[in-house]
Amino acid sequence: MMASSYNAKEEDGPHSGTPGLGGAAVTKSKKPDNTAFKQQRLVAWQPILTAGTVLPAFFVIGIFFIPIGIALFVTSNNIKEFEIDYTGVDADSPCYSCAKDFSWNSTTSCTCSVDFKLEQPFESNVFMYYGLSNFYQNHRRYVKSRDDSQLYGDLSALTNPSKECEPYRTSNGLPIAPCGAIANSLFNDTLELYYVDSNGTRKEIPLVKKGIAWWTDKHVKFRNPGGNDNLTVSFEGNSKPVNWRKAVYELDPTDSENNGFINEDFIVWMRTAALPTFRKLYRIIQKKSSNTATLPSGNYVLEITYNYPVLSFDGRKRMILSTISWMGGKNPFLGIAYLTVGSICFFLGVVLLIIHHKYDTRNTSADIPS
Amino acid sequence: MSVRRPDTHGSMVPNDEVMPYSDDETDDELDDDFDETSDEGEEPEVPRPPHPPVEARPSEIGWKVKANDRPYHQLPEFEKKVFLCIKKSRYSGNAIKTYKYNAITFLPLNLYEQFKRAANLYFLALLILQIIPDITTLPWYTTLIPLVVVLGITAIKDLVDDLARHRMDKEINNRRCDVLLNGSFQETKWMDIQVGDVVRMKKNDFIPADILLLSSSNPNSLCYVETAELDGETNLKFKMGLRVTDERLQQEDQLAQFDALIDCEEPNNRLDKFTGTMLWQRERYPLDLDNMMLRGCKIRNTDVSHGLVIFAGGNTKIMRNGGKTRFKRTKIDELMNYMVYTIFALLILVAAGLAIGHSFWYEEIGSKAWYLYDGKNQSSSYRGFLSFWGYIIVLNTMVPISLYVSVEVIRLGQSKFINWDLQMYFAEKDTPAKARTTTLNEQLGQIEYIFSDKTGTLTQNVMQFKKCTIAERSYGNPTTAEGVTLDRGRPVDWTWNHLADKKFQFMDHSLVAVVRSLKDKEALEFFKLLSLCHTVMVEHKDGDLIYQAASPDEGALVTAARNFGYVFLSRTQDTITIREMDQENTYHMLALLDFNSDRKRMSIILKFPDGRIRLYCKGADTVIYERLSPNSKYKETTQTALDEFANETLRTLCLCYKDISQAEFDAWSRKHKEAQVTMVDRDAALDHVYEEIEKDLMLIGATAIEDKLQEGVPETIATLAKAGIKIWVLTGDKKETAENIGYACSLLTDDMQIHYGEDVNEKLVVRQANRRSEAFTSHPSKKKPAEPFFTDGGKNALIITGGWLNEILYEKKKKRRRLRLRRLGKRPPITNPQDPQPCNDWEKEMRQIDFVDMACECEAVICCRVTPKQKANVVSLVKKYKKAVTLSIGDGANDVNMIKTADIGVGISGQEGMQAVMSSDYAFAQFRYLQRLLLVHGRWSYIRMCKFLRFFFFKNFSFTLIHFWYSFFSGYSSQIGYEDWFITLYNLCYSSLPVLLVGLLDQDVNDKLSLKFPRLYLPGQERRMFNYKNFFVSLFHGIFVSLIIFFIPYGAFLQTMGQDGEAPSDYQSFAVVTASSLIFTVNLQISLDTAYWTFVNCFAVLGSIAIYFGIVFDLHSAGIHFLFPSMFTFTGVASNALRQPYLWLTIILTVGISLLPVICIQFLYKTIWPSDGDKVQRNRKKYEKELEEEERRTKTSAFQRGRRSRRSAYAFSHSRGYADLLASGRSIRRRPPTRGGAQDSIREVSQREAENI
Repeated sequence: MMASSYNAKEEDGPHSGTPGLGGAAVTKSKKPDNTAFKQQRLVAWQPILTAGTVLPAFFVIGIFFIPIGIALFVTSNNIKEFEIDYTGVDADSPCYSCAKDFSWNSTTSCTCSVDFKLEQPFESNVFMYYGLSNFYQNHRRYVKSRDDSQLYGDLSALTNPSKECEPYRTSNGLPIAPCGAIANSLFNDTLELYYVDSNGTRKEIPLVKKGIAWWTDKHVKFRNPGGNDNLTVSFEGNSKPVNWRKAVYELDPTDSENNGFINEDFIVWMRTAALPTFRKLYRIIQKKSSNTATLPSGNYVLEITYNYPVLSFDGRKRMILSTISWMGGKNPFLGIAYLTVGSICFFLGVVLLIIHHKYDTRNTSADIPS
Repeated sequence: MSVRRPDTHGSMVPNDEVMPYSDDETDDELDDDFDETSDEGEEPEVPRPPHPPVEARPSEIGWKVKANDRPYHQLPEFEKKVFLCIKKSRYSGNAIKTYKYNAITFLPLNLYEQFKRAANLYFLALLILQIIPDITTLPWYTTLIPLVVVLGITAIKDLVDDLARHRMDKEINNRRCDVLLNGSFQETKWMDIQVGDVVRMKKNDFIPADILLLSSSNPNSLCYVETAELDGETNLKFKMGLRVTDERLQQEDQLAQFDALIDCEEPNNRLDKFTGTMLWQRERYPLDLDNMMLRGCKIRNTDVSHGLVIFAGGNTKIMRNGGKTRFKRTKIDELMNYMVYTIFALLILVAAGLAIGHSFWYEEIGSKAWYLYDGKNQSSSYRGFLSFWGYIIVLNTMVPISLYVSVEVIRLGQSKFINWDLQMYFAEKDTPAKARTTTLNEQLGQIEYIFSDKTGTLTQNVMQFKKCTIAERSYGNPTTAEGVTLDRGRPVDWTWNHLADKKFQFMDHSLVAVVRSLKDKEALEFFKLLSLCHTVMVEHKDGDLIYQAASPDEGALVTAARNFGYVFLSRTQDTITIREMDQENTYHMLALLDFNSDRKRMSIILKFPDGRIRLYCKGADTVIYERLSPNSKYKETTQTALDEFANETLRTLCLCYKDISQAEFDAWSRKHKEAQVTMVDRDAALDHVYEEIEKDLMLIGATAIEDKLQEGVPETIATLAKAGIKIWVLTGDKKETAENIGYACSLLTDDMQIHYGEDVNEKLVVRQANRRSEAFTSHPSKKKPAEPFFTDGGKNALIITGGWLNEILYEKKKKRRRLRLRRLGKRPPITNPQDPQPCNDWEKEMRQIDFVDMACECEAVICCRVTPKQKANVVSLVKKYKKAVTLSIGDGANDVNMIKTADIGVGISGQEGMQAVMSSDYAFAQFRYLQRLLLVHGRWSYIRMCKFLRFFFFKNFSFTLIHFWYSFFSGYSSQIGYEDWFITLYNLCYSSLPVLLVGLLDQDVNDKLSLKFPRLYLPGQERRMFNYKNFFVSLFHGIFVSLIIFFIPYGAFLQTMGQDGEAPSDYQSFAVVTASSLIFTVNLQISLDTAYWTFVNCFAVLGSIAIYFGIVFDLHSAGIHFLFPSMFTFTGVASNALRQPYLWLTIILTVGISLLPVICIQFLYKTIWPSDGDKVQRNRKKYEKELEEEERRTKTSAFQRGRRSRRSAYAFSHSRGYADLLASGRSIRRRPPTRGGAQDSIREVSQREAENI
């Protein structure tokens, strides 16, 4: 940009002389201080938008944005993603009956399995997500309906949960742990993935359920009351959330590091989504060795324990498999956006150059009357 | 007295010489008390005689004061109801209380005051809404914290102000004064003085209350007071006790016995009026203002004086005057308020729309979603209703809570810059400029009309003897003693004359040589005349002579004579002693024919020591030439010299003499004595007698006095005119003087057509007649664009006197409401279209509009002989009909009204009078600083304020509207798009500092270029920088940015995953990304708008971003979650989200898309339609270089005086001399034997002073 530093050492106007009073030593002069700040003469840089500054800026931005756009776009295209809707809306879909016959009171869980085929092998680590649509996890009342003190293991909040949790604060006179609408609506479908060999045998794919939550959530924000040992005792005076089939200390009885409030599925759910269509990390399929693909191409079966009703509010449930790059998952938007902005900048640069040439001569010659 | 307004009932033509009588109330004041004024409205419209008789308002006489009787004033009949049934004496004590709060009342009262402001009340209401659990969408602290900060800042400011007032009050209340208690004088504090006390005051004491003068140590109980604090006039005034009290109340025991009962008017604010009677020893004595010494004055030249307290404390006239300060607001303020209302309406609209959305959404989706079940059985419309209030709270940040306090901070800073400006500091008097109000700065950049006082504002009120012509020879140009003309002379050295006034400067050495040689008899006569023919009084102080003159012109002439060796030494009632070079001579004064504005001359008849009788006369050339003897010499040459002097805008006087024989004098003296005792129309009779003797005069020469302009006045006026500012001069001076000054300060130029009152009136009558005949023919409501009054196309100027103003404007005393009511009714039929008088209020108003239109067509307007009230009325006329921003500048008490009326009042400080300054908004020492105040400070302030407001609105729109976009995706549930702590701190910490600094420091061009290109001032007058258009541009800019900030992240990452596989699409990460994008966008946008980048700005922008990240990482840290797990729930979000390169790429893209279009549009504007400011900015370096070169060249005054002869100037200001006082001998001799008519003469003196105002 066009830079010029303003000359600060100018004379201080016509009245620079000290007041010629004999008694000046006694009576303090009211003369203002002659400092650059008080006289508004601070050294300053006065940039103005001239062709010399604006046009190069546009070209430079264009030059920077276009390669970034290309890189993003290419990376995004290299990411493999597979998505399958298992809600069971259509009569011919495998989970139709489970979805249709859903009842809150049933004690037995309905299961269904969906077959699908991966055309291409998924190299590297594969991340398995569940996605929900038309699910307003960002509704104000819903977002509020939790007690972070309770989730932090605060004992008083355990026995007396926050009022925000209403109407999921107490059940049968006992305080609910974890309280609130978010916890109450915990996603409780179970997804299992099987690889179907060419000879038709099913092979279960190991799904890792730890490491799916933020480290800060798991280790800072969420804590079991009284530590992780003997959760049954800790939650003795509490009731389970209304919609839950089992208590919070039964979420993962096999692993005390993943049980109670610090159960990672629970933590992931508690991190509410920004939009009504969202996906949440469910499991990680770790790459076994360097020479075989994590998920080779072929047929797979998704076994679903169908517990979670979404049809009543027109929702959808999906299972997503995706690989990850340095920039995350598949999304061409940012790459295209960068490319577009970069090109527009270039284009604008040219247009402004033409306009500048057309008008500039007129401006410099035109003088203003003083 | 001779200065009496001729009866206006019969004559249509007002007297140009006289200031019309008027009340001190302006239209606005009339508005305040409707009932009173409606009574007044019934009074006839003709101006009343200057001094209403005592019994004018009998109802007012109800204030009873009994001397030396304190219990009397506590009697129940003097009690008034204060509160419910608590009664209090209506005689207040002398303690004054200007402070507002004490320790206990500070908090409640200050909060009450603050919550009277709509904005604060609005936020209080919001706070209450936020407490209601059903609709609280934002936690209470988002509003409370900013509100407490805002209230706190204001409260601290108020506290500091009030503490200063406490200190002042305490100091004044503890001043000491002698009060007669229990028979002897005791030193008492001012606050303990009560009505009815007798007090004793010494020389140089301040007068503690409004006091009736009883007696003084001076003859005739004369008491000199200095009224500088009251009316700004520095000359001494006389007050005089009644003869009876003076004679009988000199001793302490006499005073202790004093038991008079005073019955007078109720306390009021009229400084020029007092009526009452004193009942003492069964006799009644009338009292008037001459007997009153008002609080705030200072006793001078009087050793001891005794008085009776009539009004004390809050009832005194000065306190009654000071109380009413008009609250001024700027146009921007008004506009800003309207915009806040607009935003508020917008807010309600948006909230209502979203509430309806919520109702539908709940009907369609929400009610079916089992996971949202909240156990409340509310209908969807009720939920919509709750959502409405929820959105009101969420979107409240559209009305920025910190707007008002930020604006105040900026104005305060700008005022400080004005105070600090060295180039508005007047070293001679050690006076810096002072912004006395801190709320009007940006209005200084919008001034369209300046109303200026003349004396003391444009001129220094210093008269200098500049030139003279004596017997065909002109003196005054720089010459050597031999008469050789020089280019640059040095002043004459007066050391040969030990009595000379050292300050007097004269360039012409030849005149001194001529006088000292004693050869030129005419020259000696010339100075002898000057030393004898005047009414100056002399005071000997430390061996030095001090002249007290009624007008500065006289002082200048006598001083000139003194320096040339004719020293006026002393005078008695009938002698004048002067030193003529080396010998002292005493002349016997036979008669003194005083000046008045009709006669335009004064004469003195003297008996020389050798027995000759000679009349000396000095006066305006027009009147003198008529009375010259046919064989008088030098007529033509003097005439030429007079023309020359007049062209140099000097004020001239002709000097002449006449020898009178003893017989002739005796005959005339008889007639004179007869006239002196005439009962009816004494003044006219005297004038007639004077006329008889003042004829056949012999011309000696003429003097030329310069009414010295203040430094730089013509240049300033020229610069301001180039900036499109119109300057009106409003002065109490005479028409001729005012016109003369108009030329001197290049306000009037020779190519201007000057219109006087007669032409104006004629044009207005024609216009009125046209309107009437039109009303007959066409539809009356049809509005035609006003035709210009002056069709000849040249420059026009208007010179109008107060009398004509009265005639033209038909000041109406009726309240406007009544006027409006009447306008609603049918207009009465017009009988004769040619009738020059307007027949109803509607026509009066149309006529006022016509007059204002006509005056505004002129390049210059000068109103002379106007009263303070008329000055204010002229200002309010322009304010009312032109809707223009006005500025009044003046120095004296007579300008107070106009200063208070104008949008901005400027007082000239550094003089002794304080009243104009006290009621002004800005004060500085020299008129020329006005151009810097307006063109530099005003312009900067305006641009800064506009920039600030535009940006402030933008930043809050772009901040708040995210919630609006988000609502479409969150079921209209009034979910917020950010973390609540971000909302709390956004305006306080993250975005305010850079824009505040722009509001304080920004300069598009520097001060020198602002002054060089006055046209840069025009955008302010046209209100181009901030209006509804700019507001909506800001609004759309905000909408655009919020759209980008919401939808780019939405498209970029909400359906994808982060680099570690975890979905970044959770609400909290999203909130952090939008917030970060917003902070970057807003801070970079203000960087783009900053024209003047200092290190402070740089620091602020970088600092704001750094503070944002600092605070965000702190609030998202584990530690704070450990302390308050449910308050800070965003634990770890910042670190998790901002670790992802993808999110950073999103932020960069968002910021880029937000800023690039703005840069592009700004560049296009500056290229295709550059404003003057842009052009100057672009070529800044070139112009700066030019300026430097200009400065290097030595400047010579480029101001040329006109060629045309202007011959009406003469060197008397508008007041009469001290002739009466001299003749009565009161001030000269102690206890003169005769007393006849003494009372009258003194009253005239003070009446004249009242007119002087």
